[in-house]
Amino acid sequence: MALSSIDFTKPLPAFEGDRVIQFREALREAMSEEMRKDDRVFLMGEEVAYYNGAYKVSQGMLEEFGPQRIIDSPISENGFAGLAVGAAMYGLRPIIEFMSWSFSLVAADQLLNNVPKMLYMSGGQWGCPVVFRGNNGAGGQLGSTHSWTVEAMYANVPGLKIAIPSCPFDAKGLLKTAIVDDDPVFFLESERMLGDKAHVPAEPYYIPFGKAALRRGTWSGERDSDVTLVSFGRPVNFCVEAADELAKDGVACDVLDMRTVRPLDIDSIIESLKRTNRIVVVDQCWPFASVASEVITQVCERAFDYLDHQPVRVNTDDVPTPYAKNLESEYLPHKGKIVRAVRSVLAGR
Amino acid sequence: MMSTTPAPINPSSSAPAGEGLYAITSSRVHMPGQNGNGTAKREAGKPRPSDALPNATLIKWLRDMILIREFENRCAQAYQQAKIGGFCHLYIGQEALAVGTINSLNHDDPIVTAYRDHGHALARGMSARACMAEMFGKSAGCAKGKGGSMHMFDKPNWNFGGHGIVGAQTPLGAGLAFAAKYELEVMKRSVDGGPAKKKVALAYLGDGALNQGALHEAMNLAGLWGLPVIFVVENNRYSMGTAIERGTTMAHDLKQKAVAYGMEGVHIDGMDIRNIYDEFKPLVDRCRENSRPAFVDLLTYRYQGHSMSDPQKYRAKDEVEMFKSRDSIALLEQHLLTERKCVTEADVDKIVAECKAIAADSADFAESAPIPAAEELFSDVYAEIVPNLSPAATYVHGEKNPLL
Repeated sequence: MALSSIDFTKPLPAFEGDRVIQFREALREAMSEEMRKDDRVFLMGEEVAYYNGAYKVSQGMLEEFGPQRIIDSPISENGFAGLAVGAAMYGLRPIIEFMSWSFSLVAADQLLNNVPKMLYMSGGQWGCPVVFRGNNGAGGQLGSTHSWTVEAMYANVPGLKIAIPSCPFDAKGLLKTAIVDDDPVFFLESERMLGDKAHVPAEPYYIPFGKAALRRGTWSGERDSDVTLVSFGRPVNFCVEAADELAKDGVACDVLDMRTVRPLDIDSIIESLKRTNRIVVVDQCWPFASVASEVITQVCERAFDYLDHQPVRVNTDDVPTPYAKNLESEYLPHKGKIVRAVRSVLAGR
Repeated sequence: MMSTTPAPINPSSSAPAGEGLYAITSSRVHMPGQNGNGTAKREAGKPRPSDALPNATLIKWLRDMILIREFENRCAQAYQQAKIGGFCHLYIGQEALAVGTINSLNHDDPIVTAYRDHGHALARGMSARACMAEMFGKSAGCAKGKGGSMHMFDKPNWNFGGHGIVGAQTPLGAGLAFAAKYELEVMKRSVDGGPAKKKVALAYLGDGALNQGALHEAMNLAGLWGLPVIFVVENNRYSMGTAIERGTTMAHDLKQKAVAYGMEGVHIDGMDIRNIYDEFKPLVDRCRENSRPAFVDLLTYRYQGHSMSDPQKYRAKDEVEMFKSRDSIALLEQHLLTERKCVTEADVDKIVAECKAIAADSADFAESAPIPAAEELFSDVYAEIVPNLSPAATYVHGEKNPLL
């Protein structure tokens, strides 16, 4: 299976509906559907089988697929990430769960050296179609080492695709695409969102990579928004909260959910910017060399003349992640920071 | 031609048992194959498994080893002429190891190795031309000139590559074995739709990789899950310039490392290719049949430096000479000349001349082959190209790999 086997011109099913399930169930549906279809696909990671998933994402999958396809690994991220590389080169389609992307750092050599470069180093003989997935970003007071947001670091490396869903609908549709993609995909979830509930269609559907979704605002031509908010993953929800609050004051925001950061749908960002002339990028990585910096650079390169105010980024604060509840809440790119940023780009208008 | 007469190792140089680090230094010349430590004792006159092989097979081994040596000599020359860039690690001295282990396998048993990889590539059937052209950075190379000396990949010959980071290939070896086992037990067919077979994967590593975490994680996974992978330590006694006992615990008895991971561990004298076959082939058969991993301390020696830029101040010349006196090519040659009497000196000279010609031809071919087209810089980055993968690069699908 490859992306070419999917008809992406087919419209996606309705986003709204009454089949309300959790984010984790949407992930599970995506994996289970693909595993039923393709016996080369297996799931490996710490606690995915007998424990039913450290965060219950894979609950019940052991029962359906058995211990040879739902495989509990020991705590050996470098070992099983490398095992997945070998298995993928051989012809299987591994899904590797990292309990946290923070733990992917001990597998950095495999993830940065082998996974993205195998196709190039072998002159096109072997790719590395593995999906690595797990929790990314600050959880609930997990402290500095367990709260990594890895997208800025990994997005720097050519050869990888990086998907970051913000809602259950996308979790299913993006993960299914990731599993059939012949390239390695890093799929970043959030422990804080696994219990989020929303409509998820029962039917199989695949969301194309590199196509953003407009969560607030409209491009119907009735009224252009005042500002473009760009984000991905969990902070999309902070942007939506901020946009709803700003709407009370008559400020309209386009909220663009990038869904994937590599590829990055810069075309949609510029389409929105042409209407608003103001942009705020919200990113839960640290600010220095972040995805937000990249978005702003590309905006300046491609749409400088459309800017009526310098672009503004909202990141996590540039410190290690704190433990104390109040400090951790403040550290995140939360609604208050976003509202302030939007007001700053609108000042003097 | 190689005319050195093989001489036995001094038997008094055997490894001490549990005498501590300082005693181990004297084991530098320890050859388990000679003193029976860890290698099954062979009674004089008792037939060896390799004795049952036809002459043609052993002559082929000799030829394969000589080709590697002549090829590597030609590489050294090309490197000195600055035709080959970057790092270049030669296999001279270790030829019996790649040829002996690979000839104990089926062709579709997957292998993966480290950066000293030209020997494995040739032994597995890559053409000298594709191998040399890769080092010359030409599009006719096995990786279209994008990999270089450390990255000899050969899909048709089940060679999953030379890898540059020490030890990083060992989990890949576990993965290859995992996939073969998965085909057999879960899919019940091969990934290509054919019948599934019992396979064995080889993961080669240098003795320097013994202390990398990746190896220990890979060995634990292999032991835990019964993966049919053999970790083959190409123990040439030096990780770059560091003698093994200066960097590795239990250097005098490495097979103890296998015990901790629940797998069979053996020592094999890797200078004598018949001995490799006699010891290694039955191990391969056991691992294949029982779906089990193993760990092999294969003792060998590199005659050249770690890489082309190594002045070799860390070892004594007489140590190098001592190993050269048990040169693997000379050993097999002597066996064929004097025991099997299946070749003459003239036959061997002819093989050497042919291999020299193949090596020279590979360099001529590589020299005259075209450099990669400029757009190849942007190919083979993504298998499935979609818009906006990069702010600056436009990725393309490149030329088909010459090996495919």
